[in-house]
Amino acid sequence: MVVDQSTETGIDRIFQALADATRRDIVSRVITASHSVTSLAEHYDMSFAAVQKHVQVLERALLVTKERRGREQLVRGRIDTIGRAAALLQAYEQIWAQRALRIDKILVEDTHKEKS
Amino acid sequence: MTVISVEKDTDALTLTFVAEFAADVDRVWQVWEDPRQLERWWGPPTWPATFTRHDLSVGSRSSYFMTGPDGTKAGGWWLVTAVDAPTHLEFDDGFADENGKPDDSIEPVKATVTLESIGDKTRMTTLSRFVSLEQLEKMVEMGMEEGMTLAMGQIDEVLSA
Repeated sequence: MVVDQSTETGIDRIFQALADATRRDIVSRVITASHSVTSLAEHYDMSFAAVQKHVQVLERALLVTKERRGREQLVRGRIDTIGRAAALLQAYEQIWAQRALRIDKILVEDTHKEKS
Repeated sequence: MTVISVEKDTDALTLTFVAEFAADVDRVWQVWEDPRQLERWWGPPTWPATFTRHDLSVGSRSSYFMTGPDGTKAGGWWLVTAVDAPTHLEFDDGFADENGKPDDSIEPVKATVTLESIGDKTRMTTLSRFVSLEQLEKMVEMGMEEGMTLAMGQIDEVLSA
C-alpha cells in the first residue's frame, strides 16, 4: 500500500492511530524490538483478533511493519521523522493534559477551603 | 477542567494546548507565579519539581530540579522573555544538570502562556515551540511519568469520564 506521509491525511492517520491507549502501548513496545502478534496479545485483556486489528491500524498509519518469520508475524516499529514527531507531540500533549489536571486539583482545593 | 483543543504541527514542531478552568484569571496566574504552587503541578507526581529560584519578571531566570523515585535529579531553568500579568507570559524552558548548571548543548523550548476570561472561567492556552526532534524527545523523557503507557492510560480515563 502506498501512502503519502507528507499529506495531511497521512498525519491525521498517525494521530488517529496514536489516539488509542492500546495502540500507543504497542508502538512503545515495538519501537525497541520486534514482537510477534501473539506475544503482544499476551499484554492485553482482549482477543488475538482485536490486537491484530490494532496492529493493522498502526500498519496503515505506517507506524509499524509486519513481516512473516516462519509461522509468526513479527511487528516492528517503523518510525520515520513524521511518525516520530507525531508520537512525541502526542506524548507531550499528555504531559500538558496531566499538568492541566494537577492545576485543576489545586484550584478545586480553593473551592473546598472556601466552603468549609 | 476541560481540554478545549489541542493542535499539533509535525512540521513546525509546535503544540498548542487549550484548557478551561473554573477559576478567575488572577487565580490561574497564581499557579504560574507562586513557586510553591507551580512545583505542585509542573512535574509529574513521581518526579516532583522544586523551584529554587522563580520570579515572573522579564529577564529573570528560574531554576528548578525534578527528583525521581530513586533520588535521581533532572535540572531545568526558565528565562522569562515577556510578561503581562495576569494574562501573558513567555519563557524559554531549558535543560540543566543535577546541580542546576544550564546545559547549553540543547536549545530551550519556547513557551507562550495566555490566560483569558471566558464567562466565570479562565481559558489557558500554552504554545510550545520546539526546534528539533531531539529537544522534543528530551522534553518528553523528562516530563513523562514512568514511561508513556501509564500516564496516557490515566489521561484517557479522565478524558472519557
